[in-house]
Amino acid sequence: MEVEEIVEGILSGNKRALARGITYVENDFLEGKEVMKRIYKHTGRAHVVGITGFPGVGKSTMVSKLTQEFRKRGKKVGIVAVDPGSPFTGGALLGDRLRMDGLDTNRQLWLDPGVFFRSMSSRGKAGGLAAKTGDVVRLMDAFGFDIIMVETVGAGQSEVDIIEVADTSIVVLMPEMGDDIQINKAGILEIGDIYVVNKADLGGAEKTEKWLKAMLMMDQEAVEILSKTTHADELAVESGEIFARMKKGKGWIPPVIKTVADRGDGIDELANSIEEHKHFMEESGLLKERRARRLSRELFDLIMDEIKDRLAHDESLGFREMVNRVINNEIDPHTAVEQLLKVLIRENGV
Amino acid sequence: MGLDSDDPLADGEVGKVGVAVDTLKDFEVLFDGIPLDKVSTSFTINPPAGIILAMYVAIGDMQGVPRNQLRGTIQNDMLKEFHAQNTLVLPPEPSVKIITDIFEWGVEEVPKFNLISISGYHIREAGSTAVQELAFTIADGMAYVEAAIERGIDIDKLAPQLSFFFNSHNNFFEEIAKFRAARRMWAKIMREEYGAKNPRSWWLKFHTQTAGCSLTAQQPLNNIVRTTIQAMAAVLGGTQSLHTNSFDEAWALPSEEAVRVALRTQQIIAYESGIPDTIDPLGGSYYVEWLTDKMEKLAWDYIERIRKMGEGSVLRGVLKGIETGFFIKEISNAAASYQRDVEEGRRIIVGVNKFAIEEKLKIPILKVDPEVQKRQIERLKKVKAERDNEAVKDALDWLRSAAENNENVMPAILEAVKAYATVGEMMGVLKEVYGTYKKPIII
Amino acid sequence: MEKKIRVLVAKVGLDGHDRGAKVVARFLRDAGFEVIYTGLHRTPQEVAMAAVQEDVDVVGISLHSGAHMALVPKVINYIREYGGDPDEMVILVGGIIPEDEFEDLKAIGVDGIFIPGTPISEIIDFIKEMVPKKKEQARKKKAVA
Repeated sequence: MEVEEIVEGILSGNKRALARGITYVENDFLEGKEVMKRIYKHTGRAHVVGITGFPGVGKSTMVSKLTQEFRKRGKKVGIVAVDPGSPFTGGALLGDRLRMDGLDTNRQLWLDPGVFFRSMSSRGKAGGLAAKTGDVVRLMDAFGFDIIMVETVGAGQSEVDIIEVADTSIVVLMPEMGDDIQINKAGILEIGDIYVVNKADLGGAEKTEKWLKAMLMMDQEAVEILSKTTHADELAVESGEIFARMKKGKGWIPPVIKTVADRGDGIDELANSIEEHKHFMEESGLLKERRARRLSRELFDLIMDEIKDRLAHDESLGFREMVNRVINNEIDPHTAVEQLLKVLIRENGV
Repeated sequence: MGLDSDDPLADGEVGKVGVAVDTLKDFEVLFDGIPLDKVSTSFTINPPAGIILAMYVAIGDMQGVPRNQLRGTIQNDMLKEFHAQNTLVLPPEPSVKIITDIFEWGVEEVPKFNLISISGYHIREAGSTAVQELAFTIADGMAYVEAAIERGIDIDKLAPQLSFFFNSHNNFFEEIAKFRAARRMWAKIMREEYGAKNPRSWWLKFHTQTAGCSLTAQQPLNNIVRTTIQAMAAVLGGTQSLHTNSFDEAWALPSEEAVRVALRTQQIIAYESGIPDTIDPLGGSYYVEWLTDKMEKLAWDYIERIRKMGEGSVLRGVLKGIETGFFIKEISNAAASYQRDVEEGRRIIVGVNKFAIEEKLKIPILKVDPEVQKRQIERLKKVKAERDNEAVKDALDWLRSAAENNENVMPAILEAVKAYATVGEMMGVLKEVYGTYKKPIII
Repeated sequence: MEKKIRVLVAKVGLDGHDRGAKVVARFLRDAGFEVIYTGLHRTPQEVAMAAVQEDVDVVGISLHSGAHMALVPKVINYIREYGGDPDEMVILVGGIIPEDEFEDLKAIGVDGIFIPGTPISEIIDFIKEMVPKKKEQARKKKAVA
């Protein structure tokens, strides 16, 4: 498909065009970049909800039930589900789609015209998120979905990646997950806007709920104390989303919601919470702020990728020679960097 | 699957995997001229097994045959569906409940009828090892017995109406050992664990089918040899009845000629070879006894694991295993491992990865008449038009209330069957009450 | 970045035999493909919609019920109906298929038929060879049109 065809298709609700656009973007085709350039101005409307959590907590079921609920509320839903790929073979078994079913026997979601589901593999990116998730989300945004859910594999560090993409981050846990300290370490308590204790019909749900609430409150207090004593120095307090989030004074206290996703219990409450969070972010102006921060990070990343790419592939920049010179002790690494930068900047006519 | 022949989901599949049965009328056609007191009928049917049994009983009633003369088998083993075969409709607990209803009703109404065929065949076909087939089948058997005991059914009354169904695969001695281990384990279990007093209750009655998954599409005549070896293993292992596959079944439903060869295979073993003339002729063989002991031990290891998952109850352990995907994982891994062995040449399949030839197939293949679906739908329409729909509605309401109130559903099913309710309608009521099952996804 | 080959492994209809599909899915993943398995009891519409949304290069349908002549054409037609181009995709059928129906299946757009006993490495090689071929064919067709 041609770039124009895809762009037109996406903007007019053609699912095939959306699917093809995602493929181009996923695989770094030049056409993908062109498509992204053209659709960008049509993005910004959708509410992006990230869902993360350890394997087995029931994320897929939750996504499925939430999708049903939002469809009932008249919203169109796009879903991106990221599964880990093999770091060795690059292959992946993308199993989230088949976990998505509609109401019992009706199985509407696969054929529901207001739903689009795309499976992606993390393709070796260190976190659990696929490298191009941000762009894929934008494509769905331009297509016209009201809500875009991004479901990722949570295996420790990768939860933190979800904030790179989502307006509302949901962290899903289940009772008796073992070492509480492990959870603390993984950074989970810093990135969730909403916490869910799924499989709440299992023993230990209340305990987990209480513990989470306590930990989250503690963070609030710690933050307030800290921000008072360190004079809200912006650069200094850059060590975590939550600090920045709290700076505006009236904050959002992440709710802890119990669900039994299989039965649909608590899904209503969760959907309400998601919509509440959206309103909060919009009213308080935090949405714009968060998106701005996210965009800066993204631009940095893109620039870094671009620079790395050029250094690696453009012979005329002399990267390999420079490496050899450093190895042969002709020049030290820092000087090498200074010289390379000069070459790069000169290349761009600055 | 409990769907009627006119259900859109059944389109293209009617009459292909079995006889299309929607209402009692179909049974009337099927058994026209067949006196039920002179035959024994076996039904490979699972989720709607109770309905099919009720239909058979209804025909018997129509013919004036006393119910206690009816002989046959319904497969009626939902646990193995959850592990492997995937004919899934209702969730596990209600499925076991209904099977127990059938036991409770069946020991009184049809004491000569086998109310279940506890199966390992399908588990093996899905890729399990011989030990897994043995262990999971015995565990399922224990689960059903525990459910029956919980219901208050007299174990010595029920036991003679339980039967088993095993696979017979290529490894001759492993299979023989497996059958022997099964028989020994079941006798011990019934006597010592469940306190059955009647020696008949300790018997493991079993049917065996030769392994479908071992049939090759390449050089199909070789399958006759495979089937013969597998049949011999089953006979030497002590099977009560036997199904031999046809050599063309890797290609299609078997042709008449192929079925004839499969039948002759049994007849030659039965009448010419002398093999069945001695009971357990390999008893005492140093190798077979050693192998039997080994398989029994490995199977017990699995059963104890399952019992632990159920905190002392094998029934709860099996249900837990279904929930967590334990059985599916074990079987999936075994299947992948088997395939890897084949791909890498560690396991030889003659004619496939060794001794293959260039071949052009020249065997006659069976085709199912596409008119079958049309005719069946017509017949179904006629039945629905001519029956007393009030009576059907009343019977279905009774079924619904029985299910909701945790009563035995069989009397209501029999009533509905006699009123010409359809399989789809009856299963539909059960689905309403118990929900539909969603299989945990494990690859 | 090299384009990853995406394969949809589908079970269509009431057939519950999934051993083959699951084993093939695993092996394809180990070969480096991105594999989406549909699970059991999917309708032709569901399989087609998944093929379009996931923009797969290969659709592999596994059938042991004898219903292939009824169900496979439906899948292909629904792919077209939902805006996809089956000519671009490699369509494979696996399972119990009588040899004298191979030509009929090929005539409606099936590229490869894999019966029991086929080494999975053969399927993998076939996919690697056919994916670029089909895309090239489809491109040429459009250029002419």
